[in-house]
Amino acid sequence: MTDAIASVGRATINALVVFGRAFVFLMRVLASLDIVLRRFGLTLAEVYSVGVRSLLIIIVSGLFVGMVLAYQGYITLVNFGAAEALGGVVALSLVRELGPVVTALLFAGRAGSALTAELGLMKTTEQLSAMEMMAVNPYRRTFAPRFVAGFLSMPLLAAIFSAVGVMGGYLVGVGLLGVDSGAYFSQMQSVTDWNEDVLSGVIKSVVFGFVVTWIAVFQGFNAQPTSEGISRATTQTVVVASLAVLGLDFILTGLMFGAG
Amino acid sequence: MQVRFFELAVGAFVLLGIGALFYLAVQVSNVTDYHDRDTYTVTGYFDNIGGLKTRAPVTVSGVRIGRVADIRYDPERFRAEVTLAIRSEHDYLPMDTQAAIHTAGLLGEQYVALEPGGDTETLQDSDEVMFTQSALVLENLIGRFMTNMGSD
Repeated sequence: MTDAIASVGRATINALVVFGRAFVFLMRVLASLDIVLRRFGLTLAEVYSVGVRSLLIIIVSGLFVGMVLAYQGYITLVNFGAAEALGGVVALSLVRELGPVVTALLFAGRAGSALTAELGLMKTTEQLSAMEMMAVNPYRRTFAPRFVAGFLSMPLLAAIFSAVGVMGGYLVGVGLLGVDSGAYFSQMQSVTDWNEDVLSGVIKSVVFGFVVTWIAVFQGFNAQPTSEGISRATTQTVVVASLAVLGLDFILTGLMFGAG
Repeated sequence: MQVRFFELAVGAFVLLGIGALFYLAVQVSNVTDYHDRDTYTVTGYFDNIGGLKTRAPVTVSGVRIGRVADIRYDPERFRAEVTLAIRSEHDYLPMDTQAAIHTAGLLGEQYVALEPGGDTETLQDSDEVMFTQSALVLENLIGRFMTNMGSD
């Protein structure tokens, strides 16, 4: 009995310790952000590996999600004789929810895991310690540029995802199912509000980018310096980041759309 | 050479992202509506506005000339006060213009349709539309239909 209670206590304390470390880590990364302006090339290289190289999976996923949305939306809407509303359905689902959320999940899997594995390996092979020996601050040289790169790339990727999804919906809805092309876009424009829908989606993707990159970089920093530790940290990044994105999305949706 | 490629790729990526946002703004959302800054407002009092919402279109003969800026309840007149923001170039509406709440399609969105009268004076900023016609409420219609059926 006491063992059970003690194990709950130990788990709670461990969780709090990890959270505290993550918070301190974030503060130290934020404190070294000036490096981003001073040596912009470092961040640029990270934007390339985090953002540009995620582009293909984002575009392909966006296209297919948009096409499937148009298919499914059409099947439901045509029963009510409202197939013309397809554009609105596709655009609203993409811009408000699927764009930011699916992008964040893919981003955690594609870029987050890579970040963690890279940093974990740097720690295991003592590259981070070597940097410190040479009086190079690893927060400035390594963590801050990666953090900023992920934070900047995420909203751009989400916007690309939504835009490509809308085009995918157009391909299926107008090209294949025969919804009127003008109705597709005019319905879309009449239900999608720039402030309420598009900007809310952008805010969501900014928050997700922050959280996913934070988790990924911290997991790499916090990994056990063994090959097993790296694999565990990489898995943790994808699992924790995905759960965090889904949980935060629920809260943000409640805050943004619940009251109205 | 390697750095040049990075810069090129990242630049293209950022431009693509901004382009996507621009596409969402212009093609997908109604950001163009935010351009009608130059407007004047007139108010109308309705017995029942049905499901009218702010930002709903205001039309004359089906042509969109403005939008619903504000809806509130006036506790003194016991009627709904609807503020219409009409683009300034449409300054030709006569004083006795009639405002009616119509529905686009059977279950569609509600909008305010204006019907110009014959007065020589025109509506100015913060004027009141004298003649209004409420939204059709489906329940009232059904109720009236049922009582008519009963009296036969």
